[in-house]
Amino acid sequence: MPAGTLYRGREGMWSWVAHRVTGVLIFFFLFVHVLDTALVRVSPEAYDTVVATYKTPLVALLEYGLVAAILFHALNGLRVIAVDFWAKGPRYQKQMLWTVVGVWLVLMIGALYPVLGHAVREVFGS
Amino acid sequence: MSTTETTESGIGPVEGAGELSGYSPENPAPVIEPPRKRTTKTPKSTRGNFEMYGWLFMRLSGIVLVVLVIGHLLIQLVLDGGVSKIGFAFVAGRWASPFWQTWDLLMLWLAMLHGANGLRTIINDYAERPNTRLWLKGLLYTATVFTILLGTLVIFTFDPNIR
Repeated sequence: MPAGTLYRGREGMWSWVAHRVTGVLIFFFLFVHVLDTALVRVSPEAYDTVVATYKTPLVALLEYGLVAAILFHALNGLRVIAVDFWAKGPRYQKQMLWTVVGVWLVLMIGALYPVLGHAVREVFGS
Repeated sequence: MSTTETTESGIGPVEGAGELSGYSPENPAPVIEPPRKRTTKTPKSTRGNFEMYGWLFMRLSGIVLVVLVIGHLLIQLVLDGGVSKIGFAFVAGRWASPFWQTWDLLMLWLAMLHGANGLRTIINDYAERPNTRLWLKGLLYTATVFTILLGTLVIFTFDPNIR
């Protein structure tokens, strides 16, 4: 770490870094997602062809990553709001981050089968 | 006698000099002008509250987006067979309802503006040269306006009988 830096490490900084990284990833996906949805104005075939690639095992893995990024950004965003508006928010920011991580883990385990189930069946056979 | 001595009222001997200072309601102390007082020479227009409203917008839109986006993910990726069911017919079925049209339109606008403002902050943080900032933000605003207009147009002009 360069001398004189303001970066302090630990939960506060790393959650902020993760919030930025996930935010940028989601924004780039959103741009592509509006473009692919716009294909419904071209033809049903064009749309269905592109959406077919979204159902492949490799892209299913990317979708799981997208869900991971969105869920973290959403949960940590609520934590940021609590830090800003709740009088005791700054004091409990660490506890709130670990709560975020815990809820995120539970939701990610819950999303495992719905998001990746079809990919597993395709790769390993049903 | 030390300088930390205080009177009974808790006011130090210097500021609490009272009658000793020689000032009274009849003989007030001279007024000291605040160092950054606004004068007739102060420019009227300061930078305004744009950044504060941006900060507030991120929080308000964020709360709404949590509901809209997680609902969207549940419908598209989790419920009823997940991503496998998505196709032109599925989109046509959902956009037949004004409720889902409104949902998607609101989600598009809020997510694009929320994301654009987030990227604007990141560009301001990391792009140090003014020219780099200018070009990156120009690209960002162009892409944002294009995406919002395209998405809005698609939702409003969707035709289930296109073929």
